[in-house]
Parts: sequence; C-alpha cells; structure tokens
Amino acid sequence: MSEPAASAGQPRVGFFTDTSLCIGCKACEVACKEWNGVPDDPLGFAESSYDHGDGLGPNRWRHVAFVEQEPMFDHEGLRWLMASDVCKHCTHAACLDVCPTGALFRTELGTVVVQEDVCNGCGYCVPACPFGVLSRREEDGRVWKCTLCYDRTSAGMEPACAKACPTDSIQYGELEVLRVRAAERVEQLRERGESSARLYGEDPGDGVGGFGAFFLLLDDPEVYGLPPDPVATTRDLPGMWGAAAAAAGALAAGIAAALLTGPKPR
Amino acid sequence: MGSNMAECHPVGFQWVVEARERGAKVIHIDPRFTRTSALCDLHVALRPGSDIAFLGGIVRHILEGGHEFREYVEAYTNASTLVSEEFRDTEDLDGLFSGFEGDRYDTESWQYDGMSVRTGSGQGDEGATVGEQAHGAHGGEVEDDEEIRRDPTLEDPRCVFQILKRHFARYTPELVAETCGVSVEDFTRVCEALCESSGRERTSAIVYSVGWTQHTVGVQYIRAASIIQLLLGNMGRPGGGIMALRGHASIQGSTDIPTLYNILPGYLPMPHAAQDEGYDEWIEKVAPPTGWWGNARSYMTSLLKAWWGDAASAENDYRFGWLPRISGDHSTYRTALDMADGKIDGFFVMGENPVVGSANGRLQRRALAGARWLVVRDLAEIETASFWKDSPEVASGETRPEDIGTEVFLMPAAAHVEKDGTFTNTQRLLQWHAKAVEPRGHQRSELWFMYHLGRLVRERLAGSGEERDRPVLELTWDYPVEGRYDDPSAAAVLREINGVGPDGAALSSYEDLRDDGSTACGCWIYCGVYADGVNQAARRPPRSDSADDPLGVAPGWAWAWPLNRRMLYNRASADPEGRPWSERKRYVWWDEHAERWTGADVPDFKADTPPSYEPLAEARGPEAIGGADPFILQADGRGWLYAPHGLVDGPLPAHYEPHESPASNPLYGQQSNPVREQLPDAYNPRREFPFAVTTYRLTEHHTAGAMSRNVPYLAELQPEMFCEVSPELAELRGLEHGGWATVITSRAKIEARVEVTARLRSGGPVETVGLPYHWGWKGLTTGDPANDLAHVALDPNVHIQEVKAFTCDIQPGRRKR
Amino acid sequence: MNTGPEPGSGPLQDRRSRSYYGRPVIAAPVWTWEVPVYLFAGGLAGASAGLAFASEVGGHDVLARRAWGVAGVAITACPPLLVSDLGRPERFLNMMRVFKVTSPMSVGSWLLAAAGTATGAAAASRLLAPRRGGSLASALERIGSPAAPAAAVLGMPLATYTGVLLANTAVPVWHEARRELPFLFAAGAAASAGAAATAITPAAHAGPARRLALGAAIAEMAIDRAMRRRLGPLAATYESGPPARWHRAAVTLLTAGAATLAASGRRAGPASARAGRLRNPRRAAAPGGRPLAVAGAALTLGGALATRFAVFRAGFASAEDPAQTVAPQRARAAAA
Ligand SMILES: Nc1nc2c(c(=O)[nH]1)N[C@H]1C(S)=C(S)[C@@H](COP(=O)(O)OP(=O)(O)OC[C@H]3O[C@@H](n4cnc5c(=O)[nH]c(N)nc54)[C@H](O)[C@@H]3O)O[C@H]1N2
Ligand SMILES: Nc1nc2c(c(=O)[nH]1)N[C@H]1C(S)=C(S)[C@@H](COP(=O)(O)OP(=O)(O)OC[C@H]3O[C@@H](n4cnc5c(=O)[nH]c(N)nc54)[C@H](O)[C@@H]3O)O[C@H]1N2
Ligand code: SF4
Ligand code: SF4
Ligand code: SF4
Ligand code: SF4
Ligand code: SF4
Ligand SMILES: [Mo]
Repeated sequence: MSEPAASAGQPRVGFFTDTSLCIGCKACEVACKEWNGVPDDPLGFAESSYDHGDGLGPNRWRHVAFVEQEPMFDHEGLRWLMASDVCKHCTHAACLDVCPTGALFRTELGTVVVQEDVCNGCGYCVPACPFGVLSRREEDGRVWKCTLCYDRTSAGMEPACAKACPTDSIQYGELEVLRVRAAERVEQLRERGESSARLYGEDPGDGVGGFGAFFLLLDDPEVYGLPPDPVATTRDLPGMWGAAAAAAGALAAGIAAALLTGPKPR
Repeated sequence: MGSNMAECHPVGFQWVVEARERGAKVIHIDPRFTRTSALCDLHVALRPGSDIAFLGGIVRHILEGGHEFREYVEAYTNASTLVSEEFRDTEDLDGLFSGFEGDRYDTESWQYDGMSVRTGSGQGDEGATVGEQAHGAHGGEVEDDEEIRRDPTLEDPRCVFQILKRHFARYTPELVAETCGVSVEDFTRVCEALCESSGRERTSAIVYSVGWTQHTVGVQYIRAASIIQLLLGNMGRPGGGIMALRGHASIQGSTDIPTLYNILPGYLPMPHAAQDEGYDEWIEKVAPPTGWWGNARSYMTSLLKAWWGDAASAENDYRFGWLPRISGDHSTYRTALDMADGKIDGFFVMGENPVVGSANGRLQRRALAGARWLVVRDLAEIETASFWKDSPEVASGETRPEDIGTEVFLMPAAAHVEKDGTFTNTQRLLQWHAKAVEPRGHQRSELWFMYHLGRLVRERLAGSGEERDRPVLELTWDYPVEGRYDDPSAAAVLREINGVGPDGAALSSYEDLRDDGSTACGCWIYCGVYADGVNQAARRPPRSDSADDPLGVAPGWAWAWPLNRRMLYNRASADPEGRPWSERKRYVWWDEHAERWTGADVPDFKADTPPSYEPLAEARGPEAIGGADPFILQADGRGWLYAPHGLVDGPLPAHYEPHESPASNPLYGQQSNPVREQLPDAYNPRREFPFAVTTYRLTEHHTAGAMSRNVPYLAELQPEMFCEVSPELAELRGLEHGGWATVITSRAKIEARVEVTARLRSGGPVETVGLPYHWGWKGLTTGDPANDLAHVALDPNVHIQEVKAFTCDIQPGRRKR
Repeated sequence: MNTGPEPGSGPLQDRRSRSYYGRPVIAAPVWTWEVPVYLFAGGLAGASAGLAFASEVGGHDVLARRAWGVAGVAITACPPLLVSDLGRPERFLNMMRVFKVTSPMSVGSWLLAAAGTATGAAAASRLLAPRRGGSLASALERIGSPAAPAAAVLGMPLATYTGVLLANTAVPVWHEARRELPFLFAAGAAASAGAAATAITPAAHAGPARRLALGAAIAEMAIDRAMRRRLGPLAATYESGPPARWHRAAVTLLTAGAATLAASGRRAGPASARAGRLRNPRRAAAPGGRPLAVAGAALTLGGALATRFAVFRAGFASAEDPAQTVAPQRARAAAA
C-alpha cells in the first residue's frame, strides 16, 4: 500500500513530537480538551510520577508520559523523560481498515478521523489499533480520538496542542518537511552526545507504513508505553482470509465425510 | 537557582530551551530534581536554606582564582571604595557585623570612609527599624563637601575588594560541600562553568524566584548573586543580569504601583509618623543630591498633583500632609497578628486566599476570626471566605461557627479576561489586555469596585466640615465610565498614571516632570506609557525578524518602564570609553559622530553625556553622575559589591541557618539571621525536627488553588495533595509509595499521599521533604494546606515568610481525625 | 520481564524495566459475553445448515429436518447478540453503509445478513411445508429449493470468518493464532452442529450427526493443541485466570462429550445397522442409547461454547499484559 491519498495538491500534514524538548507542562493535554470539548476524567492519585491519567483514551487525546530513570551507562545523573503521546495517524491505519461503518475515514490532509455521527460503537477499532489509542466512551458508546484538529487544520490553522506547546516539542506541518527536520535533529543530538536519541515512526517502511504523527525518543518505545515494532494486522489479511476459506472447505468436507461414512438410508 | 522555571514560568522557559539549543550551558541548583532540572545540563541538589554558603563559595572561587572581570570591577563597582574604620566584619565578630544592638543593627559603622550616609526613608535616627527602606532602597547620598575615597589598586585593606576577600575566605569548597550537602566536584563544576562563560566575550545570567526570597535572609541571597554578577561583569550586558521571575501575572505592577504599605507609586518611600513632619524634611531624606533620585521632589509633587489636583499647591506643600503615615511594620503578617488581637475592625481581601496561601494557616484563620467584618472579592467562594464554617478547626471541633463573630461579605470578581487593563511582567513590560467577554452576573472589576466605593463614600461625606474628611473629598475622582456596568475607563486611569503637562497633554518622559506643580503624574517610572497620547502598552507589531533585531530586543512590543528600556544599567555594556566590551556583546555604545549614546536598546543614561564627562563638585542630581558611571540610580553611580546602607541585616551576605533548621551553622557561631523578624505568638511556636521541609508549586496548579482546584481540566492533572521523599527517607520511616503520610511540625499535622522519588535524593546527610502548597479543603480536588505547617518568621528587610526552609517530622499513615 | 516499579521504591525505573508502569500497550477489547456466544451460535447455525443440506442430499430426511431446525433457531439468535454488543445499537444498520474486505466485521455482517435470509427461508420451508398443504406449502417449497443450498454454502464461511474477526487485531494471542483460529472455530461449529442434531434426532437417524460431532470434537482439541504450540510463550494466557478456567472446562467437556457420544454410538451402532432391515426403526433404538446420546451432545455443545469463551478471554489477558505485546515485537525487530 502507498502513501494515503492526500487529495490533489494537498500535502499530507502531521506531527513531529520531539520529546527531548518536552517540559511536561501538559499544556497540550489541556489545550486539546479545551478546544475539542473533551470531558474531564479525574482518576485520582496514580503511582506513576507526575502522570495521573491512564494513557490515551476517549477522554484524553494527548497524554504526557513521565519516566524517572536512575543514572545509566549512556548518561550521568537522573533522567526524567517526558513525552506527549497522541494518535499516530498511521499511513496504514488498522483502525480505519477494520471500521465496518466507514465512521473512520482518511481526510484530504492524510489524517485519520472518526465521524461521531456514523460510529455505532462496534468496538472493532479498539483492539485493532496497535497503539491502544482508541477506546469506547462509556457515556455515549462511541469511540473518540485525536482528529488532528480537523476543524482547525482544514482551515489552515495549527492544531490546539501544538499551538499551546511552549517549547515546540510538538511541531505541526507538512510531513515531508517534518521528516527532514527530524533527521537533522537526531544528528544534532547525537553529536551533542545524546547517544540514546532515536526517531520513532518516521520510517515509511515500518509495519504501519510510517506515522503521520511521529516522535523523537530518548529511550526504547516500550519505556514510554509504545510498541517497539507496531504492525497494522490487516497486512496479513489475505493469508487470514485464505485460512478461513480453507477452514470452510474443511468444514464442508467434514460434514460430507460424516454422511458418506456409515450406511445409506433407503 | 531558587527557581523552578520550567514548571512555574513555562512560557518564559521556552527561551532557556532555545538558548540551550544554541549552545548555552544551563545549570539548575535546587533541593529537588524538577521538570526544570530535566532540561538542564547539570542539576545540583543543595539543602534548603544553604544558598548563601554556595554563592559565597563562588565569590571565593572568583577572587582566589582572579577570575573577576578586572576592568569592569575597577571602573563600574565600588570595589575600590574605602569603608569606615569602625566597620567590623562577621570574621571579627563570629557571624555578627558591627553595630549590633540586641535586636537590630545601627548601620552607621557600615558606611563609606568618612561619610555620614542617610538613607531613603527614615533609617537615620531610628536606626534600622525592621524593613523600613527595604523597597525604597535608594542610592543614598554623598555629602556635598566630601569626595568618595578610593584605592584604584584595590590593595588597601579597607577597600571593598579586600573586605570581600576576607569575608568570603572561609567559604571553601569543603565548607560549601558540608553546609549545602553537595559534592566538591559539582560545586567546582558550577564555579568553572560560570567563570568560563563570563568576561569580555561571554556573559552569564542568574535566574531566581521565590526559592531564594522566601527565607529569613532572602534579600541577602539576591545580594550574593549581585556580587557574583558584578565581579564577573555580567550586569547591564546582553545575556547577563539577574532575572527575578515574578509571580502573579502583574505582581511586578503591584510593586511599581504598590500594594505594599511602606512605599508609594514609583518606589517613593511612605512618610513616617516619627520623622516626616513636613515635605522638605521628607525630601531631605528621600532625595540624595546626586543620582536620579535627586529629582524625587518632581516625582512626588507630580504624584500629589495627580491625587489632589487643584487642591494641591506650593502653599500647602501639595497636600503632603494629607498622606497617611507609617509607624513601623504594617506588613501582612504583623497585621494578621494585630487582627488576631482584636486591634483591627475590618479587612478587605481582594485577590488573595491567605488562610491557604499565607504561612501558618491556623494563625491566619484566628486572625480573620478577630475582625468584625471581612470583605472577600474573588472568582470563587475561597477558603478565606468560608473559614468560619468549614475550617479544619471547625471540622475538629476546636472552634464552632457560632463563636466566630466575623461578618463576611463575599463579592464575585471579574477575571482578567472580563476587563481591560495592563499586566506588568517580570521584564517591567506593560502589556495591555482587552476585555474578551462581559463579566457574568454580579461579577465586577477591581476598578469598578474601587471607583464606585470611593464615589459612595464621597457622597456620604459630602458637605462634612471635618478636616479629616477633606483628603477623601478633595481627591480627583472623575473617571469617564463605559460599558454596561459603568466601568471606569482603564485607559483613562493609565493615562493619569502616565502623567500630563500644564496643557493637559500626556507627557512622554519622567525627565519632563517638574516640582512646581505644573505637571501631574500617577507613577513617575511609568511616565511615557502614554507618550504622544497613545497607549504604548497596547503595541503589538508582528514579531520582528532577527535580521533587523539580532538580539531580540523587540523594542516595538508593548512598553517597558522606564522609558521603554528593556535592560537596566545598559551603559555597562560598553567600556568606560563608551566602546562595546566586545563585538559579540555590543548592545549600547557612544556614537562619536552623533555624540550620543546609541544601540539596540534605549540607553539607560543621559543620551548626550559623553564617557569622558567628569561632574563638578557642586553638580546635583543626574548631572553629578560621571560619564563612566553606569549605575545611575546609585549616588556614586557604581554597582555595589558592598552595600553601605539600604539593608538592615548587613552590608554583605553571610550564611545563616533558617529560623528553624535541622543543622547548626558550620560557618559562624551566630546560628540564624540575628535581626530576622520573629513575631512571637502562641500560634507561632518553633521547634526543630530532624528533616528539612520545603514548599513549592506545580505547573498544574496555581498558588492557593482557587484558580486551578476549581477547574476540572487542571484538577485532574494533579488530583491529590502529596509529599515528595527520597527512597532512603521512605525506608527510614516506612513510607509506602502511593500510600499516606502525616507531616508534622510544631504548628500542625497534615496528611498527604506519598511520592517516593530519587528526585528528592539529597547529597548531604539531611533529608528533605517536599510539599506543594496548592491544596485546601474546597474545590474539585481537596487536601490539607501545606501552610498550616509553616511558621511566621520573616526577612527583616521585606517581611517575607520563610516557607522555603523549615523542619518537620514525617510518619506513615493518615492524620487522626 | 520487569513491569513497573517495585512497591516502595517509587516510580523510579531501573535499567531492566521496559514497560510503562506495567500498563498495557494496546487497548483490551470492549466486547462483552454476547461476542463469544455469537461465535458459538454463528458456527452452530452455519454448520447445521451445511449438515442439513448435506443430509437432504444424502437422503437423511429425518436428520435434515432436525438440523434445519437447529440452524433456524441458531441463526435467529445471532443478530440480537451482535446488536446488543454495539455501543449504539440503534445504529446497527450503519454496518450496511459500506462493504470492506479489510474489515472482517463488515464482511461478517453482510455474510450474516445473506446466510440469515437463506437459512431462515430454507428452515421455514423444510419445517412448515410438509405440515401445511396447498398453495403456501408449494410457495415455501419454491423458496426453499434455492435457499437451502445457499444457506449451506454461506454457512461454511459464517462458521469460520469469526476466526479472522479475532485474528485481525493487535491482540497478540489472537493475531499470532491467525492460521489456526478459523479451523478451531470450524471444528467447534461442526462439533456443536453434530451434537445438537444428535440430541434431538432418533438414534437410528442420528448416525451421521453423531460421527460429525465425535470427529469434530476430537479435531477441535487437536487444533487447540497445535494453536497453543505455535503461540509459544503467548500461550501462557491460557494457563492462568479466567481463560485457563474456560480452557480446562472446554477440554474436560469435549473429552467427556466425545467419550459419551462414542459410547452411545456403540450401543446405537448395531441397532441402526439392523434398522436397515426392520420395518420400524423407532422401536429398534437400543435401551439407554438415547439418554447417553443426549448427555454426550450436551457435553460437546458445552465444550464448543467453552472453547469460544477461552479464546475470547485469552484475548483480554493478552492485551492487558504489555510483555505479550512488546516481547514478540522486540524479537521480530531483533531478527530484522
Ligand atoms: N504553574 C504555576 N506557575 C506559577 C505559579 C503557580 O502557582 N503555578 N505561581 C506564580 C508565583 S505567585 C510565583 S511567586 C512564581 C514562583 O516561582 P518559583 O519560585 O519557581 O516557584 P516555587 O516552586 O515556589 O520555588 C521554586 C523552587 O525553589 C526550590 N527551593 C526551595 N527551597 C530552596 C532553597 O533554599 N534554595 C534553592 N536554591 N531552591 C529552593 C523549590 O524546590 C522549587 O523547585 O511562580 C509563578 N508561576
Ligand atoms: N508555603 C508556601 N506559601 C506561599 C508560597 C510558597 O511558595 N510556599 N508562595 C507565596 C507567594 S509567592 C504568593 S504570590 C502567595 C499567593 O497566595 P495568594 O495570593 O493568597 O493565593 P492565590 O491563589 O494566588 O490568590 C489569588 C486569588 O485571586 C483570585 N483572583 C483571580 N483573578 C482575580 C481578579 O481579577 N480579581 C479578584 N478580586 N480576584 C481574583 C483567585 O481566584 C485567587 O483566589 O502564596 C505565598 N505563600
Ligand atoms: S494510531 Fe491507532 S487510532 Fe491512530 S490511526 Fe493508527 S491505528 Fe488508527
Ligand atoms: S467503533 Fe466506531 S469507529 Fe470504531 S470501528 Fe466501530 S464504527 Fe468504526
Ligand atoms: S491535534 Fe487537536 S485533537 Fe489532536 S491532540 Fe492535538 S489538540 Fe487534540
Ligand atoms: S505542551 Fe509541549 S512541553 Fe508541555 S507537555 Fe505538551 S509537549 Fe511537553
Ligand atoms: S501563566 Fe502566564 S505568566 Fe505564567 S507562564 Fe503561562 S503565560 Fe507566562
Ligand atoms: Mo508569588
């Protein structure tokens, strides 16, 4: 499969979230909720540093992770990693593939959006997303996620979270431009001795064809609660359909066998 | 240092991040590893309350290693000035300076050699009345006939430079390590980094905030930083300086046009009952003959004209007599105690939540219970308005609502988006904000409240023959009102603050202010904010591209006092001859051909005074400042390494332990600041516990909490009051991560969830308990107020509470109910 | 694999800790009990339709009519089960807005719609027609004749697509079993269809059904073994908690069911053999054969249902364990 059709002349847009610049202020979380009217969901005190929300979900479309690390081989002193997670707007989006109603669709900007007026809450996209981005909102039975501020971006505006980010940890723009900038950035960091800096999701060759919203991380993805090698399982669909067909055949054969063995009634 | 910039000034911190990206080395020195530390090159964890030892160590490193910027020090500081023979240092008196008299200092012996310097507001005969001239700390004055005695070689044992050397000699790396609980290595790395990036080609900045101020020696912390920056030549130069990151959106504005008891607008000292009988006596004390304060009469006369208009004339001293007088400390904590003792009838609380936000919550609540009536104007029903029915004391049955006689009037306030006005930020930048929405229901602006309150009071008093009512009746109280609720025009008020000339036209510089009553000005340092009749604070040009503004001065954006200067004392960015110290660091310089000072910023100097200018003996005011003396607000035009006056607790910073400390002073026999303000009270006991405790902020909440605990999107981000402890302390006291703990001081017990984290790991033997202070018992997220634990012992200069360093014990489990 | 911080040690991560406070990487499904029951019912309906049509063709009319009955009942249970699991049941029809091969659920919905109509019609015609006479009967015959084969053909994928439905997710224990799941469900469908028919068909006519049930039950257990072998470490999800309980139940029930059916078969076996020559097959049924058959059928049906629940629950356990998501991906990344 190729780059998603960003409609004629429309370049594909996305995010480059550079976690090496994140100060964990959570302005992105709040700005997102303010702009999109996302409900609050107080969960109480969590034993996870300054993170008291449980990851991305219908009521949290941006989520800032906090990881406290003791001194390690590649860096002296404590590390307090902070990273703002979001829907990846995958090139090959499993959620979109499996949606039986077409509620999930690809916009002309190449982003992945749920139409809340179509979604019937079948819940198939939930386990389909390799990043656990989607889940059903109990109150209204539908799934909700980052729209990449479709209402803003389609009007040429910057998404709310990126706008609010004081340190430009969240950078919005044309994906191609962002990928170039990101490549330069890792180089710069490596030269500065930040050997652990790496890009995550920028590679169009990965299991989801590259993220529309990719990241610069300072440790392995799983440390931030992200899958190290995500795949859109629909990639294996032909094989799976084959197996289903074969199984159907086997079933038919089995039935036939049951009738053919044994005496024939008159 | 003493600032958690990333968490408390996140938007400002973007520039630190950018500077780091451009190669700047960023160091964070804080008892805790915070979100700021996470973005820094080096974090050094020091024991709360030990900064002066650390800074003193840096001063020693500079002096012993000869790392000072010699030409700068010789030309621009008072290093060469000789100090009075009477002066005795802490070296000689084991931690005391000369002139100590039981509970205060007589500062006479601290003066320059052979000079009797009198200071801003009434120190002279009364001696160092705690906190008098603190805010009005003026350049003092040089007696007419006297010449300042100096030794340009800096060799004379009595010159400031040599005094510094002796004073800081004992602040060795080893002693710093012991006192602060840091490693000698880390300390040395900080010293070297600072020295390497200072001098001709490079500059370093020091950022501080309330991690430094909220100590019984808070002012001396900043003095220590000033000494370092002056020695390294980092003052008045681009990329240098000492950045005080201030608090509430316009807290700077509320000191410029003060909510403080001891100063008038523009830092003019409040007249004192004991001394300032007449205008001239007051001027005598306030206006030194030399330096910019020399024009104080023009500033004050214009202020009085702004207030009493035609009623103020030369004959009646411009109604100077109508000003209220102070008779000592009337700061918030003193006032609270007086209220508790029933000495105060009524109290206005506008935009403050003292029962949660001020130190020693129980004392604060007892104080309010002592008043007959209380007016609270706020966005929400805050704890301060409801204490009488739901305070912890009521909950515990210690007091009963029916026993509290205070009549509370709660009035809804309009928030900043619901009214026009200016914010004055940390950079002295006045930025205009326009009303975005109409206030709802009965919400009204402060301006509305004050104006109409005054109007009604004046209506009541109308026709009264009483002399005491005249100051109110004669006030100029005529503002154009606008909008649905007759709001007085904020722009008109700003224009009055800016000041007008005889023709009623807006003035454009405080240099135009006159002392003959022909000009009126509400705040001399703000003069020019309405230059040319235009609201300069409302200027919002698109961001100028770096081409025409390489240093990012952005002079066209809003307006900075004074006279839109973005950097004070910027003449110091050029050498004595007026040439930039270096091409890399050029900022303001003397233009030979134009014969004027010029550069990227508005020069902080008389535009046409050449570097070569030598003042004549009889020169007065600004004219008395030499062409090579950049610090024009000081009488001698020099940066003060040594402060001959202006401070009540010493001319030099010395390390003192906090009022309540887990350690004894490793440097001197004198344990704590001898003149700290202690306010003895049954509710304010002192007792040492084994652990240091410090209090602070979180990005997710705002101060006493009403503005965040009531906002769902913020409340959910930090849903519960917690304490931060190191794994070692958790081990020692059996604290469970995520469990509950009770924190104990001699004032109170509070409970909090436990955050066990290596971020609180201290290098030294003393464990530190960290407490955010945002919680109270109302709102979407509730918790015990950290301030219930705090004592009230104050810095003697500015009366700020020591909530950054006191002692506690901590036990597993919730507190008993 | 170390997940999350040690209690008391705070949130501090040590070098080995490779998960975010032990939190799941992917989201667990939001599906509830209706789904495994649907997996069972759909399989039962599909396989029964197949069995029914095949019996017709083979001339086992008695068996055929019973099987059609089972198919009819099972298929009508399916839509309500699916709809009630939606977050917005009233929007069930949105499924029909599109047809997407990339969405097993979309394919399944259309399949169910078609199979449902065909099976319904076929069952109606077969069960009602003979009782009624005249025009309605002939009408039903006319619908029935094309509907029956259609129902049979559609029934086969209806019984197996559900394997893809689960496999096409990020849930490791489901996706990594993508080759076996359709076969596992096919076997389960056959076992339950055979068992159901056996239970309600006179022993003399139940022979094929019984053989089907018996064979399929054994096959199901074999495939389950193969699946778990391939899953390797991921199979751990079947060894603890709810999935383990369901799985143990499934194996026990299927084994017992198979054994009992076999036993009932041995009794009925000679009888039905004789039935060929006797006038009245009904009287020929050996004493004890029937109750045994019914018991065996019930056990087998239970086993087939339990298997579906085991697989379903295993998916949740797998999704909730970050290690299940991360470890295989790490291995893959390392290999590449
Ligand atoms: N999000 C948010 N921003 C705010 C506020 C808020 O409530 N929330 N409040 C505003 C206000 S009113 C103000 S005044 C500013 C205050 O801004 P800051 O002063 O930065 O805020 P604090 O967290 O009180 O203190 C800063 C740091 O001082 C450290 N500290 C404590 N004791 C010592 C010590 O003895 N030495 C040193 N070196 N450090 C010490 C604390 O660990 C803390 O990290 O923030 C303003 N900005
Ligand atoms: N332990 C400890 N104590 C501290 C500190 C610390 O670091 N540690 N820091 C100290 C510092 S620096 C500060 S600034 C204080 C802050 O302490 P407070 O000033 O007492 O607390 P705030 O919550 O800032 O109070 C401001 C109130 O103004 C209200 N408000 C907002 N806008 C408006 C308006 O336009 N009009 C009116 N009328 N009301 C408005 C808000 O709802 C809020 O209730 O706390 C001090 N106390
Ligand atoms: S991250 Fe998940 S939800 Fe977002 S596009 Fe990719 S698959 Fe869909
Ligand atoms: S839950 Fe909504 S968005 Fe997700 S697959 Fe079903 S219909 Fe599509
Ligand atoms: S892009 Fe918009 S919707 Fe997506 S996280 Fe940012 S603010 Fe929220
Ligand atoms: S707004 Fe920017 S800096 Fe703040 S948490 Fe989000 S990503 Fe990090
Ligand atoms: S709250 Fe205001 S002052 Fe504080 S960081 Fe944000 S923008 Fe700056
Ligand atoms: Mo403040």
